[in-house]
Amino acid sequence: MSTVDPLTSAASSVGQLPALLIMVPLLAAPVCVLLRRELLAWVLALIASATSTVVAWQVFMHVGEHGPIRYAIGGWAAPTGIEYYIDTLNATMLLLVSGLSSIVLYFARESISGSIGQDRHYLFYAAWLLCLTGLLGIAITGDAFNVFVFLEISSLATYMLIAFGDDRRALVASFRYLVLGSVGASFILIGIGFLYAATGTLNMVDLAQRIPDAESERAVLVAFSFLTIGLMIKAAIFPLHAWLADAYHRAPIAVTAFLAGTATKVSLYVLLRFFYSIFGADYSFGTVFLNGILLPAAVCGFTVMSLVAVFQTDLRRMLAFSSVAQIGFIVAGVALATEAGLSAGIVHIINHALVKATLFMAVGCILYRVGHVHKPSLDELYRRMPFTCTAFALAGLGLIGVPLSAGFVSKFQLIDALFERELWLVVVLVLVSSLLSFAYIGRTVEIMLFRKGRAAPSATSTGVEHGHIDGINEAPLGLLLPLYAMLTIMIWVGLNGDLTLGVALDASRDLLQGMRPLGAGAGS
Amino acid sequence: MRRYPRQSHRVLQVMTRLLVPFMILFGLYVQFHGDYGPGGGFQAGVIIAAGLILYGLVFGIQRARSVCPPSWARVMMSLGVLIYAGTGAVTMLLGAHLLDYDVLAHDPLHGQHWGIFAVELGVGVTVTGVMISLFYGFSSARNSIDRKNSGLPSDVEASSTVEHPQ
Repeated sequence: MSTVDPLTSAASSVGQLPALLIMVPLLAAPVCVLLRRELLAWVLALIASATSTVVAWQVFMHVGEHGPIRYAIGGWAAPTGIEYYIDTLNATMLLLVSGLSSIVLYFARESISGSIGQDRHYLFYAAWLLCLTGLLGIAITGDAFNVFVFLEISSLATYMLIAFGDDRRALVASFRYLVLGSVGASFILIGIGFLYAATGTLNMVDLAQRIPDAESERAVLVAFSFLTIGLMIKAAIFPLHAWLADAYHRAPIAVTAFLAGTATKVSLYVLLRFFYSIFGADYSFGTVFLNGILLPAAVCGFTVMSLVAVFQTDLRRMLAFSSVAQIGFIVAGVALATEAGLSAGIVHIINHALVKATLFMAVGCILYRVGHVHKPSLDELYRRMPFTCTAFALAGLGLIGVPLSAGFVSKFQLIDALFERELWLVVVLVLVSSLLSFAYIGRTVEIMLFRKGRAAPSATSTGVEHGHIDGINEAPLGLLLPLYAMLTIMIWVGLNGDLTLGVALDASRDLLQGMRPLGAGAGS
Repeated sequence: MRRYPRQSHRVLQVMTRLLVPFMILFGLYVQFHGDYGPGGGFQAGVIIAAGLILYGLVFGIQRARSVCPPSWARVMMSLGVLIYAGTGAVTMLLGAHLLDYDVLAHDPLHGQHWGIFAVELGVGVTVTGVMISLFYGFSSARNSIDRKNSGLPSDVEASSTVEHPQ
């Protein structure tokens, strides 16, 4: 093995970037633990996360111009060694995950300052960086087993982050997620094991080529089933979403904002990768008829969960159930197995990640000042916290999907795709679910803006009382700045919907073709 | 501190004192011979940690803590990851792909050897740290409750809670 192999020269302008993307947060995490100082750890984590974002941006631009990148770890070329495989879809995911992490991490410091003891902050940032490493790793790798390894890294870090919640119930939520998440992860591992048994390879490109003429069709089918269930748990697709509401509710709000935007989305990416790139759309949706499971699950998901969200009184819980509903929209698009549907799903992954992160950050600001987010008690909050409430309302519009907002692009595309397949009932249900989301967001905004405070318990009382929020000011700049940064990105993406849609169409075309060895990679 | 904290279990205590150095030595052998024979960082880390855990079980958690404070275990955990990831970073700085050990020495064979050595060392350090932290984690929860009840944080008292009181 020489150091200058054809893989390096083919992608010379990217060079070490794909590895750097993973290595920066991975190296920063133990250094955070060794530093032990809250401020230093935060600054280091922020720098690491921002570096990853810059690298991800460069990788994204490179993939857009020159097509997929393959990077061989340890210099061992593709089918033998582990490789990173980056095409439009994962370049987008990498940018989304690292960007979200950077903004929310900036938000995190002020947000956790009250709830987590100062001496444990460095552990929080270390766990955050490990979670980021894991999520980026899942998105970047082109090796099926490596997906599992990174999935474990991110999951273990996530359990820890959730357990940081200020309430003892956070431990229960974390443990619940640990049990379900481990079941999901082991199912994925079993699936990958069966794939290995059937084909003798773990490399994704290699798998995609070998699966059609695998010796045992049954082993492939078993692998497919295990992967489906495992990924449905990890992505919180409707009947298997039980862990999500509690975890989002009890975790520190910064963690919730980060996870809502990234963790389930990365699992959805893995789902796309396995069902489209590796098994191939013809197998997944033709032979095995996966849409028979996914589409009903998705439709039930977005209908029922939107309805459940309407009746939640805690804003975090409301948004958590709304997340399950929105994942339903994504899966509905994906399950159509058409270019329009798939691109609708991918656009909605991006849009929903941005919208939900913004919403949770706004809720974080309220939580920071008011101390609770009990929806009926937030009367006239707008007068106290105008900027936060404006951000919440604008992000809420994005969630509902009104024209010119982020959600509109994806929902329009989804309805378009459903028209194409003539699934009229589903179209109606999508609209009903959007109306329901209008109900729960609208109700919250109405309480914040207009509802007069109910008779205050006692006129003399100061500070936080039931439904009485005198003496509450706007959130500090350390929270508002990242909130508005995220909001700006969200609005920008909404206004330039054709850009994200273009990326999603590219990605869905790649996916529908399945994975092919590249010209440069195949020659070596 | 007395050499043997309590009169009971004297046989166990003497034997443990005799055994622990050999356990650690064997752990190091498994660690550094892992390139040629069965072994490696995971096994070595567990064996080395087992030496300390045995010491802790027989002599009491307080003594084990004074031998290896919990903060060391935490440093070991992160140091191991740093050694592993650092090896990858060094190969990248030397112009090769991540974890391509060829460039670490004058010829690829030695390079591969050095690379595996460093990576396994990282694994060993982390596993030792994690095992020790787990032991402390499980034992100290019970210990702190007992101490709260008895109000006696003394060496003898603490060790008797870990062993079978007679």
